[in-house]
Amino acid sequence: MTFRARHLLGIEQLTPEDIRTVLDLADRYVELSRRTIKHSDALAGMTQINMFFEASTRTQSSFELAGKRLGADVMNMSMAQSSVKKGETLIDTALTLNAMHPDLLVVRHPASGAVNLLAEKVNCAVLNAGDGRHEHPTQALLDALTIRRAKGRIQRLTVAICGDIAHSRVARSNLILLGKMENHIRLIGPPTLMPPGISEFGCEVCDDMAEGLEGADVVMMLRLQRERMDGGFIPSEREYYHRYGLDAEKLANASPDAIVMHPGPMNRGVEIDGELADDINRSVIQDQVEMGVAVRMACMDLLAQNLRADRGRKATGGVYV
Amino acid sequence: MLHFTNVRLIDPEALTDAPGSLTVKAGLIMALGGEPPARARLIDCGGKCLAPGIIDWGVKVGEPGERHRESFRSAGLAAAAGGVTTLIARPDTSPAIDTPEVLEFVTRRAAEAAPVRIRHMAALTKGREGREMTEIGFLRDLGAVAFTDADHVVADTRVLARALVYARSLGALVVGHPQDPGLSRGTSATAGKFSSLRGLPAAPALAERIGLDRDLGMVELTGVRYHADQITTARALPALKRAKANGLDVTAGVSIHHLTLNEFDVGDYRTFFKLTPPLRCEDDRLAVVAAVADGLIDVICSMHTPADEESKRLPFEEAAAGAVALETLLPAAMRLYHAGALSLPQLWRAMALNPAARLGLPQGRLAAGAPADLVLFDPDAPFLLDRSKLHSKSKNTPFDGQRMEGRVLATFVAGKQVHGESL
Repeated sequence: MTFRARHLLGIEQLTPEDIRTVLDLADRYVELSRRTIKHSDALAGMTQINMFFEASTRTQSSFELAGKRLGADVMNMSMAQSSVKKGETLIDTALTLNAMHPDLLVVRHPASGAVNLLAEKVNCAVLNAGDGRHEHPTQALLDALTIRRAKGRIQRLTVAICGDIAHSRVARSNLILLGKMENHIRLIGPPTLMPPGISEFGCEVCDDMAEGLEGADVVMMLRLQRERMDGGFIPSEREYYHRYGLDAEKLANASPDAIVMHPGPMNRGVEIDGELADDINRSVIQDQVEMGVAVRMACMDLLAQNLRADRGRKATGGVYV
Repeated sequence: MLHFTNVRLIDPEALTDAPGSLTVKAGLIMALGGEPPARARLIDCGGKCLAPGIIDWGVKVGEPGERHRESFRSAGLAAAAGGVTTLIARPDTSPAIDTPEVLEFVTRRAAEAAPVRIRHMAALTKGREGREMTEIGFLRDLGAVAFTDADHVVADTRVLARALVYARSLGALVVGHPQDPGLSRGTSATAGKFSSLRGLPAAPALAERIGLDRDLGMVELTGVRYHADQITTARALPALKRAKANGLDVTAGVSIHHLTLNEFDVGDYRTFFKLTPPLRCEDDRLAVVAAVADGLIDVICSMHTPADEESKRLPFEEAAAGAVALETLLPAAMRLYHAGALSLPQLWRAMALNPAARLGLPQGRLAAGAPADLVLFDPDAPFLLDRSKLHSKSKNTPFDGQRMEGRVLATFVAGKQVHGESL
């Protein structure tokens, strides 16, 4: 096993071996999660705190369930209604929490880099559950697991990522992960929703959907981030759906066995056709949710192992035992 | 009377760097070369460099309003330690320096508290809000050397045109911040691969050229004397060059940070590298260094902007922008010297001669009759920068922990030593 990271802040810091290690372990946790008794003791006795500075239902419950299945004591803190509103800074919040001796800290924050900042100030493992427009590493890993299980591999695939790339941390993390695993990536979306300098990332950029989907093995749709739109990126939702919404007709350009993915929550009729999203022959959206729990179990298990080893080394005066 | 011997004289007017001697009498430079007069105190400089004191144009001091970040006392001490003998303070205080009363207050405070000369710029519009011009006449009579809204861009061109025409009638100098306000609103990085990787809201580098083009149009319209505070991108340079060639009364500056750092220095969201405008790509940095060398960019300044720990220990987007630099301006400039990019006289042309000339100050020259504002420094002395040792109340320097070369040995204002071991 090669996974040595202390925190999971982004895909950027992981090697392809790290990624494979996570996916292999996650495969085992998928099996565990399908049993009636879904319990392991990997995190027994450990405390996991979920700190969400941004509202989230799916990711937070996925992390909560993952921690509970591994036997951790899980606490959810909804920071939207907490002392942050009273003016406490992120660092002070982190130091306060740190004094409660958590072992795993799962953080989502609206500002890019906020989770990195927090990780510097605490002595536990920090998992990034999404920071601003920066990274959302567990989402990219669960997408990779979904692709690997559906396609049998996670190399040499043509993956089309469509929609609001500029505001999406999911796109950022997937782009880095799929690049590290040597896939061919196409980004599709209106130029107003493409981040600057994107042509230097080693991927193809298309503003025409049909052209971009040509021969794709995987079609990854992104949510149109309505709450992030400070206005004027697209003329209207209906024009967006007409040009960039995924329906059966546009999907016909992709490879016949292409799978359709979406990180959720979906805006049906804005970026994806409702019927297509429910088509069990094409859509793996429900699988993504299932893989999410397994991938988060794997990440927390690996980080907890490193945390124990790290603390063991400290206890023995820095000597490896 | 002082006589400096065995010294390398850095003369930014003649663009020479040569051994010589210099005599100071009654606060003025009396002679260059020649024998020491009788009764003069001899100072053997051991072959180190003597140059005009630095004129640092665009320093933020926290008075009034933010004295916990920087006072005239702490800024003055930092300036003296950095070889800065005249600092030109910015009006982006709280409240802004936009009335004769506030200007009188800061002028008095500065004179009482600081060991170096301090001159003040005043706001161009009331409250720096871009709606109504300030009392430019009164403020000028009270000694405001230039008018600027600092990093606030006057977006309404009608308001700006009136303020500029009025300023022109008084012969006042206006300092602009060339930046398109729409493109740069809410951003904290330069658009490109790096900002996209870090997920930071970013403005294109061209936002500076767009802002400069507009300002130059306004200069042509009104005939005002204009200085662009910071030109930091390659693509703004042709516009500046054209304006100068067309005879517009235009000059431009750049901060030392944009000459010595690039966007990659931000690394893992290091907020001490968050500046206004944001750091640029390496190609831009090289182009701007070349523009200083050939004189297209006239002035190098520190853009000293104190920010306390609390305002920097935040996620990058939310953190305050700006860096302290009064004390690190000279050692950072030595990086350009040691890299062979700029000679010492070229550096002092941009850090002393040009700003003094543009602001109508008698300093900035090594010439008989000029004020004896001088800095004695060793361009080669290496040291490790420890931010806790800075004289500024705020310690937000991007050079913390870095290896620097170039140490100020002594600073003189009007012939009186204000920093360094007694010589």
